[in-house]
Amino acid sequence: MCLGIPGEVIEFLPDQPDLARVDVSGVKRVINVGLLSDELLEPGDWVLIHVGFALSKIDEDEAAAALSFLQGIGQAYEDELAALQESRIE
Amino acid sequence: MRFVDEFRNADTAHALAARIAELCEPGRQYKLMEVCGGHTHTIYNHGLEDYLPEQITLVHGPGCPVCVIPMGRVDDAMALAAEPDVIMTSFGDMMRVPGSNGSFFDAKARGTDIRMVYSPLDSLKIARQNPDKRVVFMAIGFETTAPSTAMTVLRAAAEGLRNFSIFCNHVTIVPAIKAILDSPDLRLDGFIGPGHVSTVIGCRPYEFIARDYGKPVVTAGFEPLDILQSIYMLMLQLSRGESIVENQYSRVVPWDGNPVALKAIGETMELRPYFEWRGLGFISHSALKVREKYAAFDAELLFSVPGVRVADPTACQCGEVLKGVLKPWECKVFGTACTPETPIGTCMVSPEGACAAYYNYGRLTRTRVKEASRS
Repeated sequence: MCLGIPGEVIEFLPDQPDLARVDVSGVKRVINVGLLSDELLEPGDWVLIHVGFALSKIDEDEAAAALSFLQGIGQAYEDELAALQESRIE
Repeated sequence: MRFVDEFRNADTAHALAARIAELCEPGRQYKLMEVCGGHTHTIYNHGLEDYLPEQITLVHGPGCPVCVIPMGRVDDAMALAAEPDVIMTSFGDMMRVPGSNGSFFDAKARGTDIRMVYSPLDSLKIARQNPDKRVVFMAIGFETTAPSTAMTVLRAAAEGLRNFSIFCNHVTIVPAIKAILDSPDLRLDGFIGPGHVSTVIGCRPYEFIARDYGKPVVTAGFEPLDILQSIYMLMLQLSRGESIVENQYSRVVPWDGNPVALKAIGETMELRPYFEWRGLGFISHSALKVREKYAAFDAELLFSVPGVRVADPTACQCGEVLKGVLKPWECKVFGTACTPETPIGTCMVSPEGACAAYYNYGRLTRTRVKEASRS
Protein backbone atom coordinates (compact mmCIF):
# COMPACT_ATOMS: atom_id res chain seq x y z
CA MET A 1 0.00 0.00 0.00
CA CYS A 2 2.76 2.41 0.89
CA LEU A 3 4.83 1.16 -2.03
CA GLY A 4 5.36 3.70 -4.77
CA ILE A 5 5.05 1.94 -8.12
CA PRO A 6 6.64 3.60 -11.16
CA GLY A 7 4.43 3.97 -14.22
CA GLU A 8 4.85 5.62 -17.60
CA VAL A 9 2.11 7.98 -18.72
CA ILE A 10 0.63 6.78 -22.04
CA GLU A 11 -2.25 9.21 -22.54
CA PHE A 12 -4.72 11.41 -20.73
CA LEU A 13 -8.40 10.52 -20.82
CA PRO A 14 -10.01 13.08 -23.15
CA ASP A 15 -13.15 13.71 -21.13
CA GLN A 16 -11.47 13.50 -17.70
CA PRO A 17 -8.20 15.44 -17.55
CA ASP A 18 -7.52 14.20 -13.99
CA LEU A 19 -7.21 10.64 -15.24
CA ALA A 20 -4.37 9.14 -17.26
CA ARG A 21 -3.63 5.72 -18.67
CA VAL A 22 -0.24 4.45 -17.48
CA ASP A 23 1.94 1.45 -18.13
CA VAL A 24 3.21 -0.33 -15.02
CA SER A 25 5.49 -3.25 -15.90
CA GLY A 26 3.32 -3.98 -18.94
CA VAL A 27 0.02 -3.59 -17.06
CA LYS A 28 -1.99 -0.70 -18.50
CA ARG A 29 -4.37 0.92 -16.08
CA VAL A 30 -6.05 4.26 -15.43
CA ILE A 31 -4.81 6.34 -12.50
CA ASN A 32 -5.59 9.77 -11.11
CA VAL A 33 -2.99 12.48 -11.76
CA GLY A 34 -4.84 15.30 -9.96
CA LEU A 35 -2.13 15.57 -7.27
CA LEU A 36 0.36 16.61 -9.96
CA SER A 37 -1.81 19.41 -11.33
CA ASP A 38 0.97 21.88 -10.40
CA GLU A 39 3.41 20.14 -12.75
CA LEU A 40 3.62 19.88 -16.49
CA LEU A 41 2.89 16.23 -17.19
CA GLU A 42 3.08 14.70 -20.65
CA PRO A 43 2.83 11.26 -22.22
CA GLY A 44 6.20 9.55 -21.83
CA ASP A 45 6.75 11.03 -18.34
CA TRP A 46 7.24 8.69 -15.38
CA VAL A 47 5.32 8.96 -12.12
CA LEU A 48 5.37 7.19 -8.75
CA ILE A 49 1.92 5.78 -8.07
CA HIS A 50 0.40 5.21 -4.65
CA VAL A 51 -3.02 3.51 -4.38
CA GLY A 52 -4.14 4.75 -7.79
CA PHE A 53 -2.79 8.30 -7.52
CA ALA A 54 0.40 9.70 -9.05
CA LEU A 55 2.19 11.32 -6.13
CA SER A 56 5.41 12.51 -7.78
CA LYS A 57 6.95 12.92 -11.17
CA ILE A 58 10.27 11.09 -11.53
CA ASP A 59 12.86 10.55 -14.25
CA GLU A 60 13.41 7.30 -16.09
CA ASP A 61 16.49 6.35 -14.05
CA GLU A 62 14.61 6.79 -10.79
CA ALA A 63 11.77 4.70 -12.24
CA ALA A 64 14.26 1.90 -12.96
CA ALA A 65 15.63 2.16 -9.41
CA ALA A 66 12.15 2.12 -7.87
CA LEU A 67 11.18 -0.89 -9.97
CA SER A 68 14.28 -2.78 -8.95
CA PHE A 69 13.58 -2.00 -5.26
CA LEU A 70 10.07 -3.39 -5.69
CA GLN A 71 11.27 -6.52 -7.43
CA GLY A 72 13.61 -7.06 -4.47
CA ILE A 73 10.62 -6.97 -2.14
CA GLY A 74 9.07 -9.91 -3.98
CA GLN A 75 5.67 -11.04 -2.81
CA ALA A 76 4.46 -7.65 -1.59
CA TYR A 77 5.13 -6.15 -5.02
CA GLU A 78 3.43 -9.04 -6.78
CA ASP A 79 0.39 -8.55 -4.54
CA GLU A 80 0.38 -4.83 -5.33
CA LEU A 81 0.63 -5.49 -9.07
CA ALA A 82 -2.16 -8.08 -8.84
CA ALA A 83 -4.31 -5.53 -7.00
CA LEU A 84 -3.53 -2.91 -9.65
CA GLN A 85 -4.53 -5.41 -12.33
CA GLU A 86 -7.96 -5.71 -10.67
CA SER A 87 -8.33 -1.93 -10.48
CA ARG A 88 -10.81 -0.22 -12.81
CA ILE A 89 -10.63 3.46 -11.94
CA GLU A 90 -12.95 5.70 -13.94
CA MET B 1 19.75 0.01 -15.70
CA ARG B 2 23.05 1.83 -15.24
CA PHE B 3 21.50 3.93 -12.49
CA VAL B 4 20.45 0.91 -10.45
CA ASP B 5 23.90 -0.63 -10.74
CA GLU B 6 25.39 2.57 -9.38
CA PHE B 7 23.11 2.32 -6.37
CA ARG B 8 24.08 -1.28 -5.74
CA ASN B 9 27.82 -1.17 -6.33
CA ALA B 10 29.50 -3.17 -3.56
CA ASP B 11 32.82 -1.28 -3.86
CA THR B 12 31.05 2.02 -3.36
CA ALA B 13 29.17 0.51 -0.41
CA HIS B 14 32.42 -0.64 1.22
CA ALA B 15 34.05 2.74 0.56
CA LEU B 16 31.08 4.52 2.16
CA ALA B 17 31.13 2.08 5.07
CA ALA B 18 34.83 2.84 5.64
CA ARG B 19 34.11 6.56 5.74
CA ILE B 20 31.24 5.96 8.15
CA ALA B 21 33.57 3.95 10.39
CA GLU B 22 36.12 6.80 10.40
CA LEU B 23 33.45 9.14 11.77
CA CYS B 24 32.71 6.94 14.82
CA GLU B 25 34.11 8.33 18.04
CA PRO B 26 35.97 5.58 19.93
CA GLY B 27 33.86 4.07 22.69
CA ARG B 28 30.63 5.80 21.59
CA GLN B 29 27.54 3.78 20.59
CA TYR B 30 25.19 5.24 17.99
CA LYS B 31 21.51 4.44 17.57
CA LEU B 32 19.92 5.63 14.34
CA MET B 33 16.23 5.11 13.66
CA GLU B 34 14.86 4.43 10.21
CA VAL B 35 11.30 5.66 10.52
CA CYS B 36 9.93 4.05 7.37
CA GLY B 37 9.10 0.36 6.87
CA GLY B 38 10.34 0.55 3.27
CA HIS B 39 13.80 1.39 4.57
CA THR B 40 13.66 -1.53 7.01
CA HIS B 41 13.08 -3.71 3.97
CA THR B 42 16.13 -2.45 2.11
CA ILE B 43 18.29 -2.80 5.23
CA TYR B 44 17.43 -6.50 5.65
CA ASN B 45 17.14 -7.35 1.99
CA HIS B 46 20.70 -6.13 1.38
CA GLY B 47 22.18 -6.93 4.78
CA LEU B 48 23.24 -3.31 5.28
CA GLU B 49 23.88 -3.78 9.01
CA ASP B 50 26.76 -6.06 8.07
CA TYR B 51 28.45 -3.16 6.30
CA LEU B 52 28.25 -0.93 9.36
CA PRO B 53 30.71 -0.73 12.24
CA GLU B 54 29.60 -2.46 15.44
CA GLN B 55 29.19 0.92 17.10
CA ILE B 56 26.16 1.76 14.94
CA THR B 57 22.80 0.14 15.60
CA LEU B 58 19.84 0.69 13.30
CA VAL B 59 16.54 0.90 15.15
CA HIS B 60 13.29 0.28 13.31
CA GLY B 61 10.62 2.91 13.68
CA PRO B 62 6.83 3.05 13.61
CA GLY B 63 6.47 3.83 9.88
CA CYS B 64 4.31 0.87 8.95
CA PRO B 65 0.71 2.05 8.54
CA VAL B 66 -0.93 -1.31 9.10
CA CYS B 67 1.22 -2.06 12.15
CA VAL B 68 0.07 0.95 14.15
CA ILE B 69 -3.70 0.37 13.82
CA PRO B 70 -4.95 -0.66 17.28
CA MET B 71 -7.14 -3.71 17.71
CA GLY B 72 -10.12 -1.62 18.79
CA ARG B 73 -10.23 0.13 15.39
CA VAL B 74 -10.21 -3.23 13.60
CA ASP B 75 -13.15 -4.28 15.78
CA ASP B 76 -14.90 -0.99 14.99
CA ALA B 77 -14.43 -1.63 11.28
CA MET B 78 -15.87 -5.13 11.71
CA ALA B 79 -18.92 -3.66 13.45
CA LEU B 80 -19.37 -1.22 10.55
CA ALA B 81 -19.04 -4.03 8.02
CA ALA B 82 -21.73 -6.03 9.81
CA GLU B 83 -24.34 -3.23 9.53
CA PRO B 84 -27.19 -3.87 7.09
CA ASP B 85 -26.50 -3.19 3.39
CA VAL B 86 -22.86 -2.28 4.01
CA ILE B 87 -20.04 -3.18 1.65
CA MET B 88 -16.74 -2.67 3.45
CA THR B 89 -13.75 -2.02 1.19
CA SER B 90 -10.10 -2.20 2.20
CA PHE B 91 -6.54 -2.35 0.92
CA GLY B 92 -5.11 -5.87 0.77
CA ASP B 93 -2.55 -5.09 3.53
CA MET B 94 -5.36 -4.57 6.00
CA MET B 95 -7.18 -7.84 5.28
CA ARG B 96 -5.06 -10.05 7.55
CA VAL B 97 -4.75 -7.67 10.51
CA PRO B 98 -6.19 -9.46 13.54
CA GLY B 99 -9.00 -7.89 15.55
CA SER B 100 -10.30 -9.53 18.70
CA ASN B 101 -12.66 -11.64 16.58
CA GLY B 102 -10.38 -12.44 13.67
CA SER B 103 -9.40 -10.47 10.58
CA PHE B 104 -11.30 -9.03 7.60
CA PHE B 105 -10.46 -12.23 5.76
CA ASP B 106 -12.09 -14.27 8.55
CA ALA B 107 -15.19 -12.05 8.52
CA LYS B 108 -15.38 -12.34 4.72
CA ALA B 109 -15.27 -16.13 5.05
CA ARG B 110 -18.17 -15.87 7.53
CA GLY B 111 -20.22 -14.07 4.87
CA THR B 112 -19.62 -10.36 5.61
CA ASP B 113 -19.34 -8.32 2.41
CA ILE B 114 -15.74 -7.11 2.59
CA ARG B 115 -13.95 -6.41 -0.66
CA MET B 116 -10.30 -5.79 -1.34
CA VAL B 117 -9.54 -2.71 -3.45
CA TYR B 118 -6.36 -1.29 -4.91
CA SER B 119 -7.45 2.34 -4.66
CA PRO B 120 -10.12 4.36 -2.81
CA LEU B 121 -11.31 5.25 -6.33
CA ASP B 122 -12.15 1.57 -6.86
CA SER B 123 -14.24 1.79 -3.72
CA LEU B 124 -16.00 4.83 -5.17
CA LYS B 125 -16.79 2.85 -8.28
CA ILE B 126 -18.34 0.06 -6.20
CA ALA B 127 -20.56 2.73 -4.60
CA ARG B 128 -21.68 3.99 -8.02
CA GLN B 129 -22.48 0.45 -9.15
CA ASN B 130 -24.42 -0.41 -5.98
CA PRO B 131 -26.75 2.52 -5.29
CA ASP B 132 -28.85 0.43 -2.87
CA LYS B 133 -25.79 -0.43 -0.74
CA ARG B 134 -23.74 1.69 1.65
CA VAL B 135 -20.08 1.48 0.69
CA VAL B 136 -17.46 2.21 3.36
CA PHE B 137 -13.76 2.62 2.62
CA MET B 138 -11.37 1.62 5.43
CA ALA B 139 -8.95 4.53 5.09
CA ILE B 140 -5.53 3.79 6.55
CA GLY B 141 -2.01 5.07 6.11
CA PHE B 142 0.30 7.98 6.78
CA GLU B 143 0.50 11.13 4.67
CA THR B 144 1.40 8.96 1.67
CA THR B 145 -2.16 7.65 1.28
CA ALA B 146 -4.14 10.44 2.99
CA PRO B 147 -4.13 12.65 -0.17
CA SER B 148 -5.71 9.79 -2.15
CA THR B 149 -8.50 9.45 0.39
CA ALA B 150 -8.94 13.23 0.41
CA MET B 151 -9.17 13.41 -3.39
CA THR B 152 -11.68 10.56 -3.36
CA VAL B 153 -13.90 12.36 -0.84
CA LEU B 154 -13.73 15.51 -2.99
CA ARG B 155 -14.71 13.46 -6.02
CA ALA B 156 -17.61 11.81 -4.17
CA ALA B 157 -18.80 15.25 -3.07
CA ALA B 158 -18.54 16.63 -6.61
CA GLU B 159 -20.59 13.71 -7.90
CA GLY B 160 -23.13 14.08 -5.10
CA LEU B 161 -22.70 10.43 -4.18
CA ARG B 162 -24.88 9.56 -1.17
CA ASN B 163 -23.85 5.96 -0.44
CA PHE B 164 -20.10 6.34 0.01
CA SER B 165 -18.23 7.08 3.22
CA ILE B 166 -14.80 6.59 4.74
CA PHE B 167 -13.81 5.12 8.08
CA CYS B 168 -10.88 7.41 8.64
CA ASN B 169 -7.79 5.95 10.33
CA HIS B 170 -5.16 8.15 8.74
CA VAL B 171 -2.24 8.91 11.02
CA THR B 172 0.50 11.52 10.86
CA ILE B 173 4.16 10.65 11.26
CA VAL B 174 5.55 13.68 13.09
CA PRO B 175 3.64 13.23 16.41
CA ALA B 176 4.76 9.59 16.46
CA ILE B 177 8.39 10.63 16.09
CA LYS B 178 7.88 13.19 18.86
CA ALA B 179 6.35 10.52 21.11
CA ILE B 180 9.41 8.34 20.54
CA LEU B 181 11.74 11.28 21.26
CA ASP B 182 9.86 11.96 24.50
CA SER B 183 9.87 8.30 25.53
CA PRO B 184 12.36 7.50 28.29
CA ASP B 185 12.90 3.97 26.92
CA LEU B 186 15.18 4.86 24.09
CA ARG B 187 17.98 7.28 23.36
CA LEU B 188 18.42 7.89 19.68
CA ASP B 189 21.21 9.81 17.96
CA GLY B 190 19.54 10.57 14.64
CA PHE B 191 16.83 9.73 12.14
CA ILE B 192 16.73 8.37 8.62
CA GLY B 193 13.65 10.29 7.47
CA PRO B 194 10.85 8.59 5.53
CA GLY B 195 10.95 8.80 1.74
CA HIS B 196 7.41 8.66 0.40
CA VAL B 197 5.73 10.48 3.30
CA SER B 198 8.16 13.32 2.67
CA THR B 199 7.09 13.63 -0.98
CA VAL B 200 3.81 14.87 0.51
CA ILE B 201 4.84 16.78 3.66
CA GLY B 202 8.34 17.82 2.55
CA CYS B 203 11.25 18.18 4.98
CA ARG B 204 10.25 21.22 7.03
CA PRO B 205 8.04 19.30 9.52
CA TYR B 206 11.22 17.55 10.77
CA GLU B 207 12.98 20.78 11.66
CA PHE B 208 11.85 20.63 15.32
CA ILE B 209 13.74 17.35 15.72
CA ALA B 210 17.00 19.05 14.78
CA ARG B 211 16.24 22.35 16.50
CA ASP B 212 14.49 21.30 19.73
CA TYR B 213 15.92 17.84 20.29
CA GLY B 214 19.34 18.34 18.71
CA LYS B 215 19.08 15.21 16.55
CA PRO B 216 20.05 15.18 12.87
CA VAL B 217 17.52 14.02 10.27
CA VAL B 218 18.31 12.87 6.73
CA THR B 219 15.41 12.04 4.40
CA ALA B 220 16.52 9.01 2.39
CA GLY B 221 15.77 7.07 -0.79
CA PHE B 222 15.18 3.32 -0.89
CA GLU B 223 18.28 2.00 -2.63
CA PRO B 224 21.00 0.42 -0.46
CA LEU B 225 23.48 3.20 -1.25
CA ASP B 226 20.83 5.83 -0.52
CA ILE B 227 20.61 4.49 2.99
CA LEU B 228 24.37 4.14 3.48
CA GLN B 229 24.84 7.68 2.20
CA SER B 230 22.17 8.94 4.60
CA ILE B 231 23.92 7.20 7.49
CA TYR B 232 27.17 8.85 6.37
CA MET B 233 25.42 12.25 6.33
CA LEU B 234 24.01 11.65 9.83
CA MET B 235 27.41 10.55 11.15
CA LEU B 236 29.08 13.59 9.59
CA GLN B 237 26.65 15.88 11.39
CA LEU B 238 27.15 14.00 14.66
CA SER B 239 30.94 14.18 14.33
CA ARG B 240 30.68 17.95 13.87
CA GLY B 241 28.21 18.35 16.71
CA GLU B 242 25.59 19.62 14.26
CA SER B 243 21.90 18.83 13.93
CA ILE B 244 20.08 19.89 10.80
CA VAL B 245 17.56 18.40 8.39
CA GLU B 246 19.06 17.23 5.10
CA ASN B 247 17.43 15.73 2.03
CA GLN B 248 19.37 12.84 0.50
CA TYR B 249 16.34 11.90 -1.66
CA SER B 250 15.99 15.28 -3.39
CA ARG B 251 15.57 13.55 -6.76
CA VAL B 252 12.05 12.65 -5.61
CA VAL B 253 11.31 14.64 -2.42
CA PRO B 254 10.72 18.40 -2.84
CA TRP B 255 11.74 20.40 0.26
CA ASP B 256 8.20 21.76 0.58
CA GLY B 257 6.39 18.54 -0.33
CA ASN B 258 3.36 18.37 -2.62
CA PRO B 259 1.20 21.49 -2.08
CA VAL B 260 -1.78 20.09 -4.02
CA ALA B 261 -1.81 16.99 -1.81
CA LEU B 262 -1.51 19.03 1.39
CA LYS B 263 -4.36 21.28 0.27
CA ALA B 264 -6.64 18.30 -0.44
CA ILE B 265 -5.92 16.85 3.03
CA GLY B 266 -6.49 20.23 4.68
CA GLU B 267 -9.77 20.75 2.83
CA THR B 268 -11.34 17.42 3.81
CA MET B 269 -9.67 16.39 7.07
CA GLU B 270 -8.62 17.85 10.40
CA LEU B 271 -6.52 16.62 13.32
CA ARG B 272 -8.17 14.54 16.02
CA PRO B 273 -7.45 15.65 19.60
CA TYR B 274 -5.86 12.24 20.18
CA PHE B 275 -5.69 8.77 18.64
CA GLU B 276 -4.58 5.40 19.90
CA TRP B 277 -1.58 3.77 18.21
CA ARG B 278 -0.83 0.13 18.65
CA GLY B 279 2.00 -0.15 21.11
CA LEU B 280 2.54 3.60 21.44
CA GLY B 281 -0.75 4.34 23.23
CA PHE B 282 -2.69 7.59 22.87
CA ILE B 283 -0.82 10.35 21.04
CA SER B 284 -2.14 13.93 20.82
CA HIS B 285 -2.98 15.35 17.40
CA SER B 286 -1.59 12.28 15.67
CA ALA B 287 -4.45 11.28 13.38
CA LEU B 288 -6.97 12.75 10.97
CA LYS B 289 -10.74 12.76 10.88
CA VAL B 290 -13.22 13.97 8.28
CA ARG B 291 -14.03 17.69 8.51
CA GLU B 292 -17.58 18.68 9.41
CA LYS B 293 -18.06 20.14 5.93
CA TYR B 294 -17.77 16.59 4.57
CA ALA B 295 -19.73 14.91 7.40
CA ALA B 296 -21.92 13.15 4.81
CA PHE B 297 -18.86 11.02 3.97
CA ASP B 298 -17.80 10.24 7.55
CA ALA B 299 -18.66 6.63 8.47
CA GLU B 300 -18.10 7.44 12.15
CA LEU B 301 -21.07 9.81 12.03
CA LEU B 302 -23.26 7.73 9.72
CA PHE B 303 -22.99 4.51 11.70
CA SER B 304 -22.72 3.71 15.36
CA VAL B 305 -19.10 2.78 16.04
CA PRO B 306 -18.50 0.86 19.30
CA GLY B 307 -15.19 2.64 19.99
CA VAL B 308 -14.16 0.14 22.63
CA ARG B 309 -10.51 0.00 23.51
CA VAL B 310 -9.11 -3.51 23.16
CA ALA B 311 -5.82 -4.48 24.76
CA ASP B 312 -3.25 -6.16 22.52
CA PRO B 313 -2.66 -9.90 23.07
CA THR B 314 -0.32 -10.22 26.03
CA ALA B 315 2.13 -12.43 24.15
CA CYS B 316 2.58 -9.81 21.44
CA GLN B 317 5.34 -7.21 21.85
CA CYS B 318 4.67 -5.17 18.71
CA GLY B 319 4.57 -2.03 20.83
CA GLU B 320 8.17 -2.45 21.92
CA VAL B 321 9.18 -3.34 18.36
CA LEU B 322 7.39 -0.26 16.96
CA LYS B 323 9.15 1.98 19.47
CA GLY B 324 12.47 0.37 18.59
CA VAL B 325 12.99 -0.83 22.17
CA LEU B 326 13.00 -4.49 21.13
CA LYS B 327 14.44 -6.10 18.03
CA PRO B 328 11.81 -8.31 16.35
CA TRP B 329 13.60 -11.53 17.28
CA GLU B 330 13.61 -10.53 20.95
CA CYS B 331 9.81 -10.87 21.05
CA LYS B 332 8.71 -14.03 22.85
CA VAL B 333 6.49 -15.29 20.02
CA PHE B 334 8.61 -14.22 17.02
CA GLY B 335 8.92 -17.00 14.46
CA THR B 336 7.21 -19.53 16.70
CA ALA B 337 3.58 -18.67 17.50
CA CYS B 338 3.76 -15.54 15.32
CA THR B 339 4.67 -15.95 11.64
CA PRO B 340 3.52 -14.17 8.45
CA GLU B 341 1.09 -17.06 7.85
CA THR B 342 -0.46 -16.86 11.32
CA PRO B 343 0.39 -13.41 12.64
CA ILE B 344 -0.44 -12.48 16.23
CA GLY B 345 0.83 -8.95 15.93
CA THR B 346 0.64 -6.36 13.18
CA CYS B 347 4.42 -6.11 12.69
CA MET B 348 4.30 -9.62 11.26
CA VAL B 349 1.26 -8.93 9.04
CA SER B 350 2.46 -6.15 6.80
CA PRO B 351 5.38 -6.61 4.43
CA GLU B 352 6.52 -3.23 5.75
CA GLY B 353 6.54 -4.51 9.32
CA ALA B 354 9.93 -5.02 10.95
CA CYS B 355 9.08 -8.57 12.09
CA ALA B 356 8.00 -9.65 8.60
CA ALA B 357 11.16 -8.12 7.13
CA TYR B 358 13.35 -10.03 9.60
CA TYR B 359 11.41 -13.22 9.09
CA ASN B 360 11.30 -13.10 5.28
CA TYR B 361 14.98 -12.48 4.76
CA GLY B 362 16.01 -15.30 7.07
CA ARG B 363 18.44 -13.07 8.89
CA LEU B 364 17.36 -14.31 12.27
CA THR B 365 20.33 -16.47 13.06
CA ARG B 366 22.92 -14.14 11.64
CA THR B 367 21.53 -11.12 13.39
CA ARG B 368 21.13 -12.99 16.64
CA VAL B 369 24.76 -14.02 16.55
CA LYS B 370 25.84 -10.49 15.80
CA GLU B 371 23.62 -8.99 18.52
CA ALA B 372 24.85 -11.55 21.05
CA SER B 373 28.44 -10.74 20.25
CA ARG B 374 27.75 -7.04 20.90
CA SER B 375 26.31 -7.43 24.36
